[in-house]
Amino acid sequence: MQFKLSDQHAMMHKMFHEFAQKEIAPYAAENDIKAEFPAEIMKKLGAQGFMGIPIPEEYGGAGADFLTYILCIEEVSRACASTGVILAVHTSVGTFPILYFGTEEQKRKYVPKLAAGEYIGAFALTEPGAGSDASALRTSAKRDGDDYVINGSKIFISNGGHADVYTVFTTVDSKLGTKGITAFLVDKDTPGFKVGSIEKKMGLNADVTTEIIFEDCRVPASQRLGKEGEGFKIAMSLLDGGRVGIGAQGLGIAQAAYDEALKYAQFREQFGQPIFNNQAIAFKLADMATRIEAARLLVYQAAFRKENGLPNGKQASMAKMFATDTAMYVATEAVQILGGYGYSREYPVERLMRDAKITQIYEGTNQIQRLVIAKALEKGL
Amino acid sequence: MNFQLSAEHEMIRKMVREFAQKEVAPTAAERDEKEEFSREIFDKMAGMGLTGIPWEEQYGGAGSDFLAYVIAVEELSRVCGSTGVTLSAHISLCSWPIWKYGTEEQKQKYLRRLAEGSALGAYGLTEPSAGTDAGAMRTNAKVDGDNYILNGTKIFITNGDGDIFVVFAITDKTKGAKGISAFIVEKEFPGFRVGGHEKKLGIRASSTCELVFEDCIVPKENLLGKEGDGFKIAMSTLDGGRNGIAAQALGIAQGAFEAALSYSQGREQFGQPIFNFQAISFMLSDMATKIEASRLLTYQAAWLEQQQLPYGKASAMAKLYASDAAMEITTNAVQIFGGYGYSREYPVERMMRDAKITQIYEGTNEVQRLVISRYIKG
Repeated sequence: MQFKLSDQHAMMHKMFHEFAQKEIAPYAAENDIKAEFPAEIMKKLGAQGFMGIPIPEEYGGAGADFLTYILCIEEVSRACASTGVILAVHTSVGTFPILYFGTEEQKRKYVPKLAAGEYIGAFALTEPGAGSDASALRTSAKRDGDDYVINGSKIFISNGGHADVYTVFTTVDSKLGTKGITAFLVDKDTPGFKVGSIEKKMGLNADVTTEIIFEDCRVPASQRLGKEGEGFKIAMSLLDGGRVGIGAQGLGIAQAAYDEALKYAQFREQFGQPIFNNQAIAFKLADMATRIEAARLLVYQAAFRKENGLPNGKQASMAKMFATDTAMYVATEAVQILGGYGYSREYPVERLMRDAKITQIYEGTNQIQRLVIAKALEKGL
Repeated sequence: MNFQLSAEHEMIRKMVREFAQKEVAPTAAERDEKEEFSREIFDKMAGMGLTGIPWEEQYGGAGSDFLAYVIAVEELSRVCGSTGVTLSAHISLCSWPIWKYGTEEQKQKYLRRLAEGSALGAYGLTEPSAGTDAGAMRTNAKVDGDNYILNGTKIFITNGDGDIFVVFAITDKTKGAKGISAFIVEKEFPGFRVGGHEKKLGIRASSTCELVFEDCIVPKENLLGKEGDGFKIAMSTLDGGRNGIAAQALGIAQGAFEAALSYSQGREQFGQPIFNFQAISFMLSDMATKIEASRLLTYQAAWLEQQQLPYGKASAMAKLYASDAAMEITTNAVQIFGGYGYSREYPVERMMRDAKITQIYEGTNEVQRLVISRYIKG
């Protein structure tokens, strides 16, 4: 075991941090209020090659390892959690499905553009009646000659309305349960595909989240991803990597909140001294720092295991659950440390608290994560 | 010990609950979204006799007690945390110090208007450099003939858009906390103005303002208590104010819990209501237990105050516990609602945003622990 980032990783981490603080952080508050897709920022990320970090060079990516990608998500999220999740969704569940399960033609058609940031990717699984129980989805795909016709709707889709290609999960036969689930790549302007209402959320407001609707949406069979009935397996395998990404997002949010609170506690004076001098505050910060340390190790461990092809289901879930619970805890305490100012929208910590909450819910609620962990424990993993 | 509410208290709860459902709940989400303080709702509360619950009828009050008051704040907060704190600050922070320390003239002149609800009351203590360290305030009051002249700024003032303010200012810089005095200020006094409105995470339908005093002329007869009594008045006012905030937190937690319980029984995944999963039902059990404890602590503190028994430790404990519980309960309620919990179309994310401030104002929960530690030391 080695507990030091390699020189290469440390350098990348520093670079991501500096870039994010300079090009993303100054706009985070404003983007939260505007609640618009941060197109300018995504272009900057594309120009830097950050939209395809773990994608092989032969497909236009940076060919870097998974940990490098995770470090990027962490630092981008630390500057702006919305931008962090846009990037994580784009790569983990917007690009990887095509890279891992696509035909050579599909890969050539989409991956280089996604890796360059010319295309934005999205992932459409959730439905009103299919949240944690993803297999209960009802969006249907009926074979019709050389095409499939898709009908149904998805909700809570990140990058909705801004993505160029959506990996959509349907069922070709609901009687087959999970074995009927089939994935498709749907281009944004496909007739019969439309973006519905934009979700009004507590936080993560620059991560535009929408309903998407399929009304006799006709896609050629060449847009099917993998074989009929492989869709559930595809979705579940993507979630593992996705979880590490969300763990990294949680870690970034927690770090940002902690940094603000530590700075404030050392600067704010009451009773003639910095409030940090009160054990109540110092000990709170000590607890926050400890949890962030543990969260970081869990997230980096999961990234390491994925990179090295080690079984990672349990560790990815632990990383996601722990890091996002940590984000919620640290952000809430950060508001507390900033007192009345923490509650004010003129200071960044209340936004961090609002942003943190969803990380405990999406890409598998932390209850589902515990289920995954429990099943692994049962198997002696 | 008796753990049953009297028939009178049950009736008050029922009355306020019905009022809250009919007049407050339907606009709670919209007022939060638009950050709109509703004077109309306050006027309706006045019409119901809620704005003077604990005060004697001779001052225009309802002649009821502090327990009835916390029940009212609880029931209002259950549907709208902003409305709960509007009433709490009005009664505990503005009306109470006048009731407790005012001359008969001051009570007839000001307490009556507050009790009847023709005036909305507020309390001006906090300043940019004086939060937890309230004694570090800088607003000062100088004698000038028949008046005091006030200069300074207060921030984070609940009901800042109101009419009557109990304001704290330094009359003698050399005496530290013992040089602070309390004043009753009317919004019409020359030199008084409302500065900016605070942009907040939650309780967005509650009016939270900066108050600016620029050579503000306050008649001498508006001194509350004696010169130098101000800090004592401020601190003792907060003791009772804590009961109001405990009740607000309790109400918010109750509303969130009920919503989560109902959702978990209606929402099906994996072919059954999610309530069937121990993860969810145990979360709800913990929530219900903490609410029960919060309620008992809050009612105990109110009862002690009513009985004129010492209540400082009890009110600090109630505020501390109920607000920490509310934060946890509302956060878990959002979790139980899943993706929908994060949506502004459902009420629980608003309740979570509202809950946070209850851990901070009227004495941060760190201050509550300080207060409690002093009591337990003996």
